[in-house]
Amino acid sequence: MEAQYWWIIGGVLFVLLNTAAGLIWLERRMLALWQDRYGPNRAGPFGILIVLADTLKLFFKEDWIPPFADKVVFVFAPAVVVASVLMAFAVVPFGPGIVVADMNIGVLFFLAMSSLGVYSIVLGGWASNNKYALLGAMRGASQMISYEVFMGLALMGPVILSGTFNLSGIVEAQRGMWYIFPQLLGFVIFFIAGIAETHRLPFDIPEAESELVAGFHSEYSGMKFGMFFIGEYLGITLISSMIVTLYFGGWLGPAFLPGVIWFVLKTFVFIMVFILLRASMPRPRYDQLMEYGWKVLFPLSLLNLLGTAAVKLFIDK
Amino acid sequence: MFSLLRSMWLVFLHMFHKRETYQYPEEKAPLPARWRGRIALTRDPDGGERCVGCYLCAAACPVDCISLQAAEAPDGRRYPGFFRINFSRCIFCGFCEEACPTYAIQLLPDFEMAEYDRQNLVYEKEDLLINSQGKYPGYNYYRVAGMAIAGKDKGEARHEEPPVNVRSLLP
Amino acid sequence: MTIYIDNKPYEAKPGKNLLEACLELGLNLPYFCWHPALGSVGACRQCAVKVFKDEDDKTGRLVMGCMEPVRDNLRLSLEDPGAKAFREQVIGWLMTNHPHDCAVCDEGGSCHLQDMTVMTGHTYRNYRFSKRTYENQDLGPFLNHEMNRCIQCYRCVRFYKDYAGGKDLNVFAAHNHVYFGRCESGRLESEFSGNLAEVCPTGVFTDKTLKSHYTRKWDMTWAPSVCQGCSLGCNTSAGERYGSLRQIANRYNGEVNGYFLCDRGRYGYEFVNSDQRILQPAFRPHSNGTVNKEHVLDQVAARLKNGRTIGIGSPRASLESNFALKMLVGEDNFYLGMSDSDHDLTSLALKILRDGPVRTPSLQEAGEADAVFILGEDLTNTAPMLALAVRQAVRRKPEADAMGQIHLAEWQDAAVREAVQEDRGPLFIFNTLPTKLDELAEAVQRGAPEQLARLGFAVAQQLGADIAPITGLTPEETALAGKIAAALLAAERPLIIGGYGSGCDHMMKAAANVAWALRQKGRNPLLSLTLPEVNSLGLEMLGGHRLDTAIDVLRQGEADTVIVLENDLYRRADEHLIDEFFLHAQEVILIDHLYNRTAEKATVLLPAGTFAEADGTVVNNEGRAQRYYQVYVPKGDVQESWRWCLQIAEGAQVQSLHGLHNLDDIDWALTTGMPSLASLQHLAPHADFRINGQRIPREPHRYSGRTAMQANVNVSEPKPAEDDDTPLSFTMEGYRGEPPAPLIPFFWSPGWNSVQSVNKYQQEIGGHLHGGDPGVRLLEPHVNGGAPFFHEAPDTFVPIPGHVHIMPVYHIFGSEELSMYTPGIAKHAADFCCLYLNPDDLAQWNITPGNWVTVETDHHTCRLVATANHWMPRGLAGVNAGLPQSPVVDLPVLAKMQA
Repeated sequence: MEAQYWWIIGGVLFVLLNTAAGLIWLERRMLALWQDRYGPNRAGPFGILIVLADTLKLFFKEDWIPPFADKVVFVFAPAVVVASVLMAFAVVPFGPGIVVADMNIGVLFFLAMSSLGVYSIVLGGWASNNKYALLGAMRGASQMISYEVFMGLALMGPVILSGTFNLSGIVEAQRGMWYIFPQLLGFVIFFIAGIAETHRLPFDIPEAESELVAGFHSEYSGMKFGMFFIGEYLGITLISSMIVTLYFGGWLGPAFLPGVIWFVLKTFVFIMVFILLRASMPRPRYDQLMEYGWKVLFPLSLLNLLGTAAVKLFIDK
Repeated sequence: MFSLLRSMWLVFLHMFHKRETYQYPEEKAPLPARWRGRIALTRDPDGGERCVGCYLCAAACPVDCISLQAAEAPDGRRYPGFFRINFSRCIFCGFCEEACPTYAIQLLPDFEMAEYDRQNLVYEKEDLLINSQGKYPGYNYYRVAGMAIAGKDKGEARHEEPPVNVRSLLP
Repeated sequence: MTIYIDNKPYEAKPGKNLLEACLELGLNLPYFCWHPALGSVGACRQCAVKVFKDEDDKTGRLVMGCMEPVRDNLRLSLEDPGAKAFREQVIGWLMTNHPHDCAVCDEGGSCHLQDMTVMTGHTYRNYRFSKRTYENQDLGPFLNHEMNRCIQCYRCVRFYKDYAGGKDLNVFAAHNHVYFGRCESGRLESEFSGNLAEVCPTGVFTDKTLKSHYTRKWDMTWAPSVCQGCSLGCNTSAGERYGSLRQIANRYNGEVNGYFLCDRGRYGYEFVNSDQRILQPAFRPHSNGTVNKEHVLDQVAARLKNGRTIGIGSPRASLESNFALKMLVGEDNFYLGMSDSDHDLTSLALKILRDGPVRTPSLQEAGEADAVFILGEDLTNTAPMLALAVRQAVRRKPEADAMGQIHLAEWQDAAVREAVQEDRGPLFIFNTLPTKLDELAEAVQRGAPEQLARLGFAVAQQLGADIAPITGLTPEETALAGKIAAALLAAERPLIIGGYGSGCDHMMKAAANVAWALRQKGRNPLLSLTLPEVNSLGLEMLGGHRLDTAIDVLRQGEADTVIVLENDLYRRADEHLIDEFFLHAQEVILIDHLYNRTAEKATVLLPAGTFAEADGTVVNNEGRAQRYYQVYVPKGDVQESWRWCLQIAEGAQVQSLHGLHNLDDIDWALTTGMPSLASLQHLAPHADFRINGQRIPREPHRYSGRTAMQANVNVSEPKPAEDDDTPLSFTMEGYRGEPPAPLIPFFWSPGWNSVQSVNKYQQEIGGHLHGGDPGVRLLEPHVNGGAPFFHEAPDTFVPIPGHVHIMPVYHIFGSEELSMYTPGIAKHAADFCCLYLNPDDLAQWNITPGNWVTVETDHHTCRLVATANHWMPRGLAGVNAGLPQSPVVDLPVLAKMQA
């Protein structure tokens, strides 16, 4: 038991970190494909070693901390983002029994961990002692706090339907029907909130390079910037795998493939959607983003929760 | 909402389009004739330096990366004693070419000037001067200017009358 | 007086013309033939404006702005389409023959024609036919001639002939063939020819020394400077590029030089770029290579602490440098580095100006005098710009008379000159040799300086001065004295000019007596005294011992170390004395910028900054302290002399200089230590002065090549130098508006790239600069008590048998030390040192003109070439003063002579 436990942790870490790294290459290739370009194609076959090259470059860069920055916090911030996302993966069931911590409050743990991620943005922006960084951080904080509300509310749908906070339990509860069908609205809200949570395009307002240089990580370079970068791709993977777990039956699928493979395949589809979004969407204005969240998604998610609860009550009675 | 999905779909369809990229080192991009690349100093049809050291290029340069010293040869021609362009600062805006009254400084369709050492990007006159008239063949500044040089005395330029005889009172 | 320009009311000063009024109001109206100093002739038709009869008049009529006086309630329009079209057409015509030359023209970028063409909007040439061309002339080493560019505005001849009295530039030929030049190629004779480069609105006359290292105006680093050529202290702008000084341009000062400079001032700058410059500190003769600066300073400081040190100041060094040296060696050990005769004359001049009741005029005031009496001065050669002022002064009286008759304003130049014809105001010249101003004089008197001084005393006596009676004058002389006295009494603003030129102190005393006598009569005379060098008066104000006592002190072993400040002692006393001086000095520390004969004898060389590389203050002959500013950061360890002194003082722990580091510090010490100089505090803004938090940039906003000029050395640009001494910056960053008058590095205004932009800096055209002209007067007439007349006139000049009395003969080109490093000036200067003698003396001593004669002054013989000069009185000889090879230095002197 002990050994298997370590194998799972090790395996999950190994796969996730490599996935995040691979995603950098994948995203650049896919963006290029959709924009009629090649993307990185020089280092290694299909340019796959670009990630290695980039990482090496990041490691060899000067470990620069601006003299005006709050040094401790400045170093601490990028570690928070990676740590919090990796912690959230602890509860994700990759396959039957392949889960680090099969908690019965898995959904809440996920929410808690992804909320912690906002600290990295706020602290990073604050510690940079730079107006653009601070603006980015403030935007990031308000955006993530706002969208967390709907994300949580949307999550309550599958929880009500399955009657459990345990993610493996939710997956098992979808054996009859994936929750995408009863929870289409919830899925859409969760997906949008997930984009905002990972501050990916079109919701990358904390970075907004056309207005804020590079937003909260303007002052970051080298491997500290790399941590933010990796954190972002881990976030994509996390949201994608949560979507799969909550709405697309997790590892469930026809038996000719093992559950883990199904999980991975489904997750990749959503990662692709994330990338496609980046390739095609313009960035909204900040006030539009907040307005959309509070005036559209918030009522909708409440409606979804009410409806789901009502239907559930009706069926159970 | 629909338009967002539609644009996502259209972008997705680009997957099946042909790629526009030139695979640069193996496949050279065709450069237009007026491409603003490497800066050169050209010569006039007689083979003389076109640059007369008027400093207008240096004044026009937004990054101040041109410096020169005007000098005058015994034959009356003006020329730059030294002419230096710091290509590590140059932004290839072409203002120098626009400012040049003698068509001497020209931006050519060539951009392959990368160096490993920044110092090597500092070009002196001998690096810049080419044995060609560049984009404006046939133009010779001294043929339209009023200054006398060896081989073109006063009154011998285009649209010039012979020098006035100061001692004559005839109309 | 209210005038309406384009229906807007403006206040205008009466007596001006419309062009002046518009320019004074800051409006842009193009012009060519008008020049603020030359007046209007209405020739170029460029300043046309529409003038309307009254409010209802919509048609109006075209008039030339420069020819129409301002009237109350006058209505005019600059923007009227008819007037604009007219101006554009006029420039179109002026430009028909103008060559396609701007790229190769030295005027480009500071060209009035370019500015006016842009201003009128004439952007494309309509003329499609052949252009007229001219042959050029070689006008000597100062000016380049390119007649094709001429637009026939006539400014050059109006300046050269009418204003400066030149003879050899004229206008030739007729109709559209008129030609401005000499009748044949050759050097322009006028000492003010260099001004043609600024007077000419285009590139016909351009500065030839600038051409040899040509740089556009926008590419130079400029700083306000003061000419070092003579004691008048004309204001200049000095421009630098690539570490060498490129050009001296006029810097308008309404009180001093106005719009013009003399050729010594304009071209005498090339010593700054000389290969004779001392650039590194050195111990001599042991090492000629570079020595660590700190090491040298330590050695000098140790020497100062242990030895008995004296300091020799210099009239060509700034007040600050002299003061720093004086404090460094102690007041009792400071010697003025002037020749003994210069010392006597300068201290006499200071005494006259400080204790006398008569005001000494600025150059501007001198030009407004209506009667001039010059005693023993060849002004063209000793104070050239004062000669130019006198040329204007002689026009005052006839001009006033003529204007009373023809009722025209003074600026109606052609009409007034026509009315004045050859009439001149009273000008009297007493000088041994002919001067260029003689042609204007009502009476000229020749003779030995003592004789002339006696006659000057006689004039003073005629005016009622309380002096010993002058006897033995001829009736003609008495009559002349009476005539002069009457003319001076009749004048409203008589100007008396004396000075160092004759080398005779009685001449200066006579001038003072005449002025004081006039003052006693209740008149308002002006007394101007020329002095030998740029800071002679400032050095005299600081005070110190005579140079010959320094030699005694060394000889007697009371001192063993000498610090020499910016001084070639071989120009201060005769060779054998200075040789002896160096023989007795164990250690000679020289702070100077040029490797001269004194430098050869020095044991330690410290490189000093020239006027272009240093900040400092000099006092001109008017007692006006003026500041010059560092133009650029020099090569090597060159720095201001006062900074060397401060750094030595730091090592030697000299208490009086403790804690002083920059210009403001030393000026604070100077003004607190010398109460008579206290007003220097208000001379110029201090180093912390900022406008909108910004410094004043030395470089124009179009300055080019910053990222390339040093790229051949290192592609990474060095950090720009910072200036701790002044509010000027060495870069193009800073406040872009109008700086305070003492800090104007160069004149520029939007649309006005040439020096004509000075209009925008003046309170009124030809008046003071905004905020007052730079400079602080340190001397005002002594108001209490009467005139301290000099009672004793000199004895009659009697030749001493077997001896000859040698007087100095100064020349604008050659007599000044530093300007002789300019090749063009050196070429002008006599190539050998002559002894001018009366032909009868030559005959008596059996000397063939052109042969060598031996002259023996006390214990010292030298050989000179004798030349006949029939103006020299018998027993008197003249020798070219100040030439580098001149063997007799301390003039005048009594000498034995042998063939």
